[in-house]
Amino acid sequence: MAGKSRTILIVAAGIAAIVIAGMLAMHFLSAPSDDLDLSRSKASAAGLYRVSVAPEAEPLRQGPLHSWIVTVATPDGAAVEDARITVDGGMPQHSHGLPTEPQSTGHIGDGRYRIEGVRFNMGGWWVLKFAIEAPAGRDEAEFNVVL
Amino acid sequence: MEKPFRRIFRLVALAAALALGACKPSGFSEEEKRIIGQLRLSELAKLQPDPTNRHADEPLAAAFGATLFFDTRLSSDGVVSCATCHQIDNQFQDGLPLARAIGITDRRTMPLADVAHGPWFFWDGRRDSLWAQALVPLEEAREHGGNRTAYARMMAERYRERYERIFGPLPDFSGLPENASPLGTEAERAVWTAMGEAERDAVDRVFSNIGKAIAAFERTIAHGETRFDRFAEAVVAGREPEGDARFSALEIEGLKLFIGKANCIDCHNGPRFTDDHFHNTGVPPVEGLPDDRGRAQAVAELVGDPFNCLGKYSDAGPEACEELRFMRRDGAELERAFKTPSLRGAAARPPYMHSGQIATLEEVVDHYSRAPEAASGQSEIGGVIFTDRGKAALIAFLKTLDPG
Repeated sequence: MAGKSRTILIVAAGIAAIVIAGMLAMHFLSAPSDDLDLSRSKASAAGLYRVSVAPEAEPLRQGPLHSWIVTVATPDGAAVEDARITVDGGMPQHSHGLPTEPQSTGHIGDGRYRIEGVRFNMGGWWVLKFAIEAPAGRDEAEFNVVL
Repeated sequence: MEKPFRRIFRLVALAAALALGACKPSGFSEEEKRIIGQLRLSELAKLQPDPTNRHADEPLAAAFGATLFFDTRLSSDGVVSCATCHQIDNQFQDGLPLARAIGITDRRTMPLADVAHGPWFFWDGRRDSLWAQALVPLEEAREHGGNRTAYARMMAERYRERYERIFGPLPDFSGLPENASPLGTEAERAVWTAMGEAERDAVDRVFSNIGKAIAAFERTIAHGETRFDRFAEAVVAGREPEGDARFSALEIEGLKLFIGKANCIDCHNGPRFTDDHFHNTGVPPVEGLPDDRGRAQAVAELVGDPFNCLGKYSDAGPEACEELRFMRRDGAELERAFKTPSLRGAAARPPYMHSGQIATLEEVVDHYSRAPEAASGQSEIGGVIFTDRGKAALIAFLKTLDPG
């Protein structure tokens, strides 16, 4: 009797383990990890600039072409008004780049730059990379976006 | 004696059932509901004005465009019209692997419903407006086989009143050569080159207006609600779907696969089931056809097209040409990349892919399951293993997107 019950218990525990493992696998395969840094303001990679980004209009939507505003400041908060910004990015889980070639269309005051021509054609985890060239030097800042 | 074990067994079984509950056919997770909601036809935004075509939403232009769309005199043999391939009773396509008009083309005819919502036209997106697109088949030797001078003369001779009510007075075409075009036969090209610049411009203006009228008509062709839309409305509203909106267990399973594990939703997203972008999915080339590199070979033609958004025949200023200005112009990802087609009505219109390479939906699912390597460039699809039931489910779901 005890042996049979133990067998049932082992089988049941096995089934539960498989189900839970499957659920976890589905979760992790379909979604970017929960600890993804989604901050929209950070120091650039080498610490030369403080970079903040935001879509020009919220909410961020999948599909339409739209603009972002990138704000560049020195670490002590002074606006950087003569930066050249180039944009790259893509979807790390799909190993493809951006579907468009967004460009900085100029400084709009107070260290803010408009980046036009951004499109996210798929849902999921995207990366936007901004290369900043200004008198203090060249540096990069990378931001995660989840749609 | 047994009781503790039974209790444990029951607890484990309950936990498993709860865990599986998220995958229970009739229940959708909040994330699934969100995605299903995005696919509803009611989510399709109102058709935006086309700033490149100031007549795009004028009823007179649409009516004139409809006449032109069905007029077989807009061809060199008097037999071909737009409707030869874009058949009104057949989702505005022809059901053939390769379009047949005067000759046989290299590509599959695309359906037209809600096509005006997309930024790019043709499988490779080599035109950036519906009117610029409409001009290409008119002069293609295997399609209408005509030339722009002949079309301009035709407007003056047969459609003067209707044309002029929309576009204003026609220029004097009395001395115009009968047949000339920069894209025609050698003789037509020679005549075109010999024409004065002002005369060529006048012809191009009238030719572009023919496209603008046809585009105005095509903008009125829209998708109808499907069983899927009725089902999705109920799911989003938290109602139990009723009547034909009720999905079978198989259809629900197919929908879950579509928006989940099968990754179809990556590209076939939004209410038109397309991301309007170009993807290499490893569809094999067709033997006997010229090498087709899709988007990779379309960009230069699009940029050089005198009828594009930035050209002089566009009614828009450069600020309205964001799609063209910010499009991806190069990179390995353009190689053999073709536009994601809408899946609305797709189950009812085999064959599939840009040159009709795949005959049935079953074989399409097999293709995505096998995920073959691309002939050049890199296929974006990863390969999904389907059970026979999963395959049947996906197809059952796709059929819920058929019109009617």
